Amino acid sequence: MFVTPAAAEKFGLGRPALPEEIAAWDLDVAPDGTGLPAGSGDVFTGEEVFAEKCAVCHGDFAEGVGNWPKLAGGQGTLDHEDPLKTVGSYWPYLSTTWDYVNRSMPFGNAQSLTPDEVYAIVAYILYSNDLVDDEFVLSDETFLEVELPNADGFILDDRQEAEKHFWNPEPCMENCKDSVEITMRAMVLDVTPEEEGVEAPAAAGPVQDAAAEEAVKEAVEEPVETAAVLDPELVAQGEKTFKKCKACHQVGEGAKSKTGPVLNGIVGAPAGHAEGFRYSKAMTAAAEDGLVWTEAELAAFLAKPKTYMKGTKMSFAGLKKDSDIEAVIAYLQSYSQ
Amino acid sequence: APDPLITEVQDWASGLGEGVDATPYGLPIKYESDVVRRNVEWLTADTISSINFTPIHALDGTITPQGCAFERHHSGAIELRKEDYRLMINGLVGTPLVFTYEDLERFPRENRVYFCECAANSGMEWAGAQLNGAQFTHGMIHNMEYSGVSLRTLLEEAGVKPEGKWVYVEGADASSNGRSIPLEKAMDDVLVAFKANGEALRKEHGYPVRLVVPGWEGNMWIKWLRRVEVMDQPVESREETSKYTDTLANGISRKWTWEMDAKSVVTSPSPQAPIKHGAGPLVITGLAWSGRGAVTGVDVSLDGGKTWTEARLAAPGTDKALTRFYLDINWDGSEMLLQSRAKDATGYVQPTKAQLREVRGLNSIYHNNAIQTWWVKANGEAENVEVS
Repeated sequence: MFVTPAAAEKFGLGRPALPEEIAAWDLDVAPDGTGLPAGSGDVFTGEEVFAEKCAVCHGDFAEGVGNWPKLAGGQGTLDHEDPLKTVGSYWPYLSTTWDYVNRSMPFGNAQSLTPDEVYAIVAYILYSNDLVDDEFVLSDETFLEVELPNADGFILDDRQEAEKHFWNPEPCMENCKDSVEITMRAMVLDVTPEEEGVEAPAAAGPVQDAAAEEAVKEAVEEPVETAAVLDPELVAQGEKTFKKCKACHQVGEGAKSKTGPVLNGIVGAPAGHAEGFRYSKAMTAAAEDGLVWTEAELAAFLAKPKTYMKGTKMSFAGLKKDSDIEAVIAYLQSYSQ
Repeated sequence: APDPLITEVQDWASGLGEGVDATPYGLPIKYESDVVRRNVEWLTADTISSINFTPIHALDGTITPQGCAFERHHSGAIELRKEDYRLMINGLVGTPLVFTYEDLERFPRENRVYFCECAANSGMEWAGAQLNGAQFTHGMIHNMEYSGVSLRTLLEEAGVKPEGKWVYVEGADASSNGRSIPLEKAMDDVLVAFKANGEALRKEHGYPVRLVVPGWEGNMWIKWLRRVEVMDQPVESREETSKYTDTLANGISRKWTWEMDAKSVVTSPSPQAPIKHGAGPLVITGLAWSGRGAVTGVDVSLDGGKTWTEARLAAPGTDKALTRFYLDINWDGSEMLLQSRAKDATGYVQPTKAQLREVRGLNSIYHNNAIQTWWVKANGEAENVEVS
């Protein structure tokens, strides 16, 4: 008979992790500095790296763009209405900032920063929060000298004491209050997304159904026809490469400008053509000079955005492989309208 | 007049339907196209680091189909093949190990049903009634049957050293979304799951392997789980310091608020599920759950909390899983202020909004488990309101 092994008995499955494998994945940094690599970075270098790699979402001064996180400011607001929680006002440990920037940033290009760049960026974030002066150099040796203002602003979960009265085996069942008045209504704020088509299934008869199906088919078939002149394999490869761009750009049906402009019809379009998008001064100037996004111009831009156009807001290092550039342009061409 | 749907021969009664292979992996019929996840665009900067909501107003029973179970990503839903999957156990262990997906399938397996609720569920309602629909107020929740290996088994395979007090768990996606979990919980009921509701995890739920941390906030249920490190201290990662901490009125914040307190909501009638049939027999139904154990009862009030009636549980509550409740009434067609109140095995009773705000203020963001009120009007339409 087969017997279930005792609790601590081993199955002999898996294999030992190699030291270089552990080194590659075990990157976390604890509040006491455990896990920090050797390195350093100063505020000025940090400002440059931040402008290039972070500012597109977080703003030149870490003040945040649109709905993207603000990294600076907010000190003294935690007991106010809508507190502003930033590295300076809220985060208890500097290790958290270092660890997060190192492993998860920049958004869409994580794990691309060198340790020195991370030290520099974190130094600049501290500077933006008025926590260090502009001479400051952050390194694995100075790391523990920095204490964040809200380090003592946290307590352990105390619900079982502070909310002890919520444990109540005999809750009221009758005559629990004298009167009940409506004090607030969601309809007044009216921030709920529109419920498109909620009634449609019941209301639409068979005739309308058929018409709707036709409309859907047309909408689906259209881009396929456009793409027919393109190499479908190349377009598919481009779709994969486009993942690098998706953090900021949308393309296709219903696409909108986000951090970056909408890219429908970009190939062959004049520069700066997305209505309502706030382009950089450099891009606006290029548009006024008549720049058109031919395949060749796009290819040059995508290879090294910052070299091609000094001052562009596009904080993307560039596509290294020509084949990726070709593919992504083919993919964008498949959305020519 | 006689109903032509009965008296006349309909197309579907004379012609033929689709053959067996028309949809090799089925989708809901088109008439259910409104039962979908929805997001709230203004909540986040983009849809990649964002959340959407389960259409709980349109579901019944307790198991959430994966296809409409809410999604939360921090750097988007990645595509990771089983063949490329690796799970590392390292840190304070006898032997650091690497497992493949096939290795995981060879450990003894468990099946468990648990709810997963985002700590921010109902978070938009702290300052007042805001979103008009159960999907939006309470839809950051799903409930699935998971198949997988207990984390304890994997930790014992590597051999936890006595100085190990915490595990740090992280995902393979760009966010990594790492969290620290006390070793005691890790050795208790945490699962390393690879199937949900009988099928492989969907991409958006962490295919091929995710962590299941029963009763604790959804952010800890690491998707695309790639590493478990045994440590002597917590990492204090971004997700457990700057986020998922609860700021009180005095500016001090609670941390390590892992458990999801008992909570319930009436899913129908509700703003997205109005009463269309007028007065007469009415099924009032909803969901209840607790991260501290099983739901033992649910009370329903039709008058904004003056009087309560014990609802019928569709089945006895089970540990850290959704419970379905019903109250069958003969509606007289007059207005109702509909509420539900969950009770759990520890004796906890779901609090009112006023009770919660008294302790926590308005800036907590997370862990809002207050009683919800729907104002059902005489015409059957419902609205999200607050009452005195």
